[in-house]
Parts: sequence; C-alpha cells; structure tokens
Amino acid sequence: MPEFLRTQVMVILPEALLAVFAMAVLLLDLVVKRKGILAALTIGAAVCGFFALSGTGGGGSAWGGMFIADGYGFFFKIIFLASLVLSVLVSSRYLIEEDINHGEYYALMLFSTIGMMVMASAGDLITLYLGLELMSLCLYVLSGFIRGSLRSNEAAIKYFMLGSFASALLLFGISLTYGLTGTTAIDGVAKYIAAHGLAGNPVLAFATVLYVSAFGFKIAAVPFHMWAPDVYEGAPTPVTAFMSVGPKAAGFAVIGRVLLVALSQMSFEWTGLVIALSIMSMAAGNILAIAQTNIKRMLAYSSIAHAGYALLGIIALSPEGLASTLSYLFIYAFMNIGAFTVVTLLTTKGVKAEDLKEYVGLSKTHPFLAALMLIFMFSLTGIPPTAGFIGKFYLFTAAIKAGYTWLAVVAVVMSAISAYFYLRVVMYMYMKEPEGEVKLERSYGARLALGVTALAVLVIGMMPAGLVEFARSAIAGFRG
Amino acid sequence: MNPVPLQGYIWLSLALFMTGVFGFLTRRSIILMFLSIEVMLNAVNLSLVAFSHFLNDLRGQVLVLFVITVAASEAAIGLAILVSLFRNRATAQIDKISEMKG
Amino acid sequence: MNPYLFGYLAAAIVGLSAVALTRKNPVHAVLLMIVMFFHLAVLYLGLGAEFLAAVQIIVYAGAIMVLFLFVIMMLNIKEEIEGERFTGGWPLGISLASGLFLLLIIMTGNVLPGQQGIYTAQVIASQTDTKALGSVLYTQYIFPFELASLVLLVAVVGAIVLAKKKLR
Repeated sequence: MPEFLRTQVMVILPEALLAVFAMAVLLLDLVVKRKGILAALTIGAAVCGFFALSGTGGGGSAWGGMFIADGYGFFFKIIFLASLVLSVLVSSRYLIEEDINHGEYYALMLFSTIGMMVMASAGDLITLYLGLELMSLCLYVLSGFIRGSLRSNEAAIKYFMLGSFASALLLFGISLTYGLTGTTAIDGVAKYIAAHGLAGNPVLAFATVLYVSAFGFKIAAVPFHMWAPDVYEGAPTPVTAFMSVGPKAAGFAVIGRVLLVALSQMSFEWTGLVIALSIMSMAAGNILAIAQTNIKRMLAYSSIAHAGYALLGIIALSPEGLASTLSYLFIYAFMNIGAFTVVTLLTTKGVKAEDLKEYVGLSKTHPFLAALMLIFMFSLTGIPPTAGFIGKFYLFTAAIKAGYTWLAVVAVVMSAISAYFYLRVVMYMYMKEPEGEVKLERSYGARLALGVTALAVLVIGMMPAGLVEFARSAIAGFRG
Repeated sequence: MNPVPLQGYIWLSLALFMTGVFGFLTRRSIILMFLSIEVMLNAVNLSLVAFSHFLNDLRGQVLVLFVITVAASEAAIGLAILVSLFRNRATAQIDKISEMKG
Repeated sequence: MNPYLFGYLAAAIVGLSAVALTRKNPVHAVLLMIVMFFHLAVLYLGLGAEFLAAVQIIVYAGAIMVLFLFVIMMLNIKEEIEGERFTGGWPLGISLASGLFLLLIIMTGNVLPGQQGIYTAQVIASQTDTKALGSVLYTQYIFPFELASLVLLVAVVGAIVLAKKKLR
C-alpha cells in the first residue's frame, strides 16, 4: 500500500474495521444457526474498534479534510461504542423472546454506529450528511424490526417520515451555506464567513434556522420531538435504549461541529433559538412525563428533557460548557441504558412489562433489580451520590459562569419537577405490596449490562474527576 | 453567460421546496407525504446545481449525486416499512394509525 | 438559458408538483411527478450538468418512481380515493408554506455567490461534464463515495428485512 494511502486508511481504521465486521456478520448469518455468535462478533467488533481508536486517537484529518480524527470525535466514539456493546448485550435474549432473532439486526446496529462515528468526525458537510443518513436509515429499519407488531410498524413509519423531512431541511441548509460561501468544508465555511463579514446575512440566518431544526429533530428537542414518544414506545426495547443514547449524542456531536465551528460567527443568531429549544424541551419533557403510565413513554419524555439540559452546555459558548455537555452525554448513556435494561429484563414471552403497575412491589419479588432501578432513577433525577448529579452540576455551573443564571434556575426547577415521576417508580417498587408473580428474562448479557451501567453510574458519581478531565482534554484542540 | 440570474433559480427552488412542505404538512396519505419529501429533495438539488453553475465549482453537483443515492435508499426503506405496515393493517393514512397515545 | 424557456420550465415545474401533490389518486400523482422530473432534467442541461440530467431521468423517474408505482399497486387504492385528501390542519399548512415563501423571497433578494471555483463553463466544456465530475468524485470525494456504498447496502438489507414475506 502506498504511504499516502496508508496514513489515510489508518485514520479511518476504527470505522473501516466496524464495516468489515458488519459485512462478516451479514455473511455469517447465512450459515450460523445460533445468533448469539453474531452478538459476540458484534461486541468483538466494538472492542476492536475501541483498540483501533485508542491507537489512532489524535490522528488528525484525512481524505482532504473530509474526516477529522480529533479528541472531540474520540470522546463521542467512546460513547457510541459503549452504547453499542451495552445494547447488544441486552438484545440477544430479547430477540429470542420477541421471535425476531435475525442476524441482520446486529449488522444494522454496526452500520448505524459507523454512521454516528462518521458524524462525530465529519470535517465536511457532505460527509456529515452521509453519516447522518447511514445512521438514520439503520434506525428506521431497527425500530420497525418486530414486523408482526403494529406498534413497531407505526414507530418505524413515524420515525421515517419525520426523519426524512428533517434531513430535507438539513440539506436545504447545506445548499444555502454552499451557495453563500462556495465551500462545504466546515472550517472553510467558518473562514469565509469571518473573512467576508457574512455574519448577519439573512440567508445564512435562514440556513442556521434550518440546521437548528434538523438537529433538533435528531436530538428530540421540543418542538421537534413529536416522533419520540411513539417511536420509543413502539420500537423493540433494546433498540429504544440504543436510539435514546447514540443518535442523541451524535446529534450533539454535529451541533458542536456545525454551530460551534462552521457558524461560530453566527452565534448571536442561533443562541436565541437554542435557548428557546432548551427551555421548551425541559418544560414540556418533564411536565408531559408526569402524565405517562407506560414506562417507555415516560422515559421518552425524560429523554426529551435531558436533551434540554445538555443544550445548556452549548448555549454557554465556552470550552467549559462544551466539556460539561460531553460528560453529561457520557453519563446519560449509562443511566438511560441501565433503566431500559431493567425494562427489558421484565419482558418475557407474551408479557410486556411496560405499564408502571408492573413495577408494584418489585422490591419484594426482586430486591436486587429494584435496587438497581432505584440507582438509575436517582441518577436520572440528579440526586447525589449518583453520576446524574455530577453531570447536572457541571452543566448548571457552566451556564451560570456564562451569565445564564436565570436559565440555570429554570433547569433546577424543572429537575425538581422531574423528581415526581422518577421517584414515583421508586415508590411503586418499594412502598406497595406485590400483586403477583413477576418473571424475569433469563439473560446473562442483560445482567452483565446492568452491572456495568450501575457500576459506572456509582463510580462516576463518587469519583467524577477522571471523566471531567477526559472531557476537558477531548476538547482541548477543538474550537476552530 | 447565463441571461437568467441566480435569483431566478433560487426562487424557483424555494417555490418547489415550499410546495413540498405544504404537501407534507397537509396530506393524509403516507404515499403523498413521501412524494412531498421527494419534491423537497428535488428543490434542494435544483438549488445545488444552480449554485454549482454560478460558483464554477463541481461540489454542488457531487452533493446532488449523493442526494439522489440517498433518496433511492430512503425510497426503498420507506416503501418497505409501508409494506410491512400494510400487511398488519390495511391502511396508508397517517391519522388512522394511532395505536399509541399519550 | 433562454429566459422564455426558463419561464416555461419554472411554471411547469411548480405547477406540475402542486397538481401532483393535491391528487387523490396516488398513481396520477406519481405520473405527474415523472413529467416534472423531465422538466427538471432540461433545467439541469441548461445549467451545464448533463450527467445529472441523465441521472435524474434514469434514477429518479426510472427507478424511484417506478418503485412507488409497484408499492401503490399493493396498497388499498380505494381508501385513498374515497377518503379525505387533507388533514384538518390544511389552512395552517398552506399559510405557513406561502408565508415562509414570501419571507424567503424577500430575504434572498441578494444572494451573492461565494468563493469562485476553477470549473468554469469553458473548463467543463473542454473535458465534458461527466469526466470533470468523475475526476472530482473519485479523488476529492472518494471517502463520501465509499460511505454512499454503505448507505446503499443498508437500504438493500433493510428493505429485505422489512418487506420479505418470510425471513427463514
């Protein structure tokens, strides 16, 4: 291999490895009867991807600036790979219980992860668009994976319709940016805007609105959230867990790349929009979650609210703010997948443990599981000593330091409201007598995932220094 | 030189895009909503080709090629979802599918 | 491009798509869309993008729309024809779309193209559009090109997973 090509391939090695593994999964699916092997292969792919990633961590950019392998991308890719491994661990038994045990599931998970990784590393709007489509197309299929279930079909069609609408908006934004600046390179756009004083240009402002709405769809921020509750409820539970973490983090990764780098000169225009999005998400997410009786729907509204919190770090427009958003997304990945794992464990053949009533008296029948659910609910609320508290603490501090004290106050009030519905689950589990036998799914993978997520939530909660340092060093060379 | 200015193409593209937005927001049939998205994508393609021409740069045309590729993939997946929906319940009207509420 | 030809094409493109998107029968809508795509292809020719004009007809009109037709044949057309065309919120939709359109017309009153590239009409004419496009696509844009291949693979796998009658 010629030298120049070798250096280029080394930069995309993690993504390339994952693609090779995904195709291997597709081929092996034809001959392998026990699909558990494919799950193991997928986890192996993620592990290989992780080692390749740490080997080429700060590899710089390649392919003429199309792809940037910097610390920022590295941090997000760790989140994606972790959420891939955890969701696959949860999936393998669930797929058998739901009778959808097809190998394509794992291949699509891998392809979707590749899409997210490309998004996090995009150095050009064209790469960004293709990565986003690769991710979304896989997720549309995955959310409709239970073909016999009407709810799953509905989830897929709603996600697909609104997702493609959002990507059309994104494309129009890209097109206008290209027309005004003559380039699609993210740093090129920033340079051109700065050099030609395009900062207040109305067309560019419209493009900014289009970007914010398209990314708002991807991170499920109000008013672009209407798909989330239905899709989260209808999709297979492990897919919901995956989808509530990975794509949301990927959405934030591209928000960082586009709003903070390419449109950094336009920050006056977009901060107002993003503040509105953040407040509406926190308010609507937390208030609507109270009315839910289905736990997957409740977690969907909670994920909308969490998108609102995480946006605070972007609004702060400071390295500290960005670092706090990054560490929040990292923490969110573990606590949310943990909560969904509990939901999955309670799903056995013919039993959908989605109604809150199913959790009544869980502390008597399955004390250990109830204790873990308690940890996740505390963490999602933001009660110390769990990781959720640390994440919110840094976000709110960053917002206050940037002069948005009122916004931090709103966020604290909203967190207090959220305690009502998170702790209601805890109350159901601990304060009421069980009404009948609750069966657990026999899955060692899901138990392992539970252990890992609970441990991560507690360890980060008590010793946050490592994560915070990691997030700070990740964005060290970021602002372009 | 082109006697039609860039503005003409951009306005045409805007009109087409807004036609698509209108169709997407108002039609009840999933097929027609889907066609509206195709109209929006074509509006974007038109603006990209026009920019590409007036900028003397080929990037816009490259992006159009990718958009068409993705549109084809989207059509394949979207129609497959529609087929699997239709197998379970014989409707293709967006407001008739409402298993989930809340 | 001749301004009169442009005027005709513009009117036809917007008119055809507006008519197509308000049809009751989806088959009619798809056929009108195909006619619209031919008009767009002529516009692309006028902008010196002959390769894209061909792709527009072959892929958009020839493949994507035919796929639509196949699926429409499998669906319940009667329901489409007998049911209501629009959702209750159509006045909102039309005012939103036209309001935004007017706003944007004013906003885009002076779109100044950005940095000029090197592919002027003369350069493209000297080596044909297809060759110039290919040389950019396979050098500068080879990475997105490979990504597009993954997107297509996912589309194939996904469509089979969802629509095949029996999966093993």
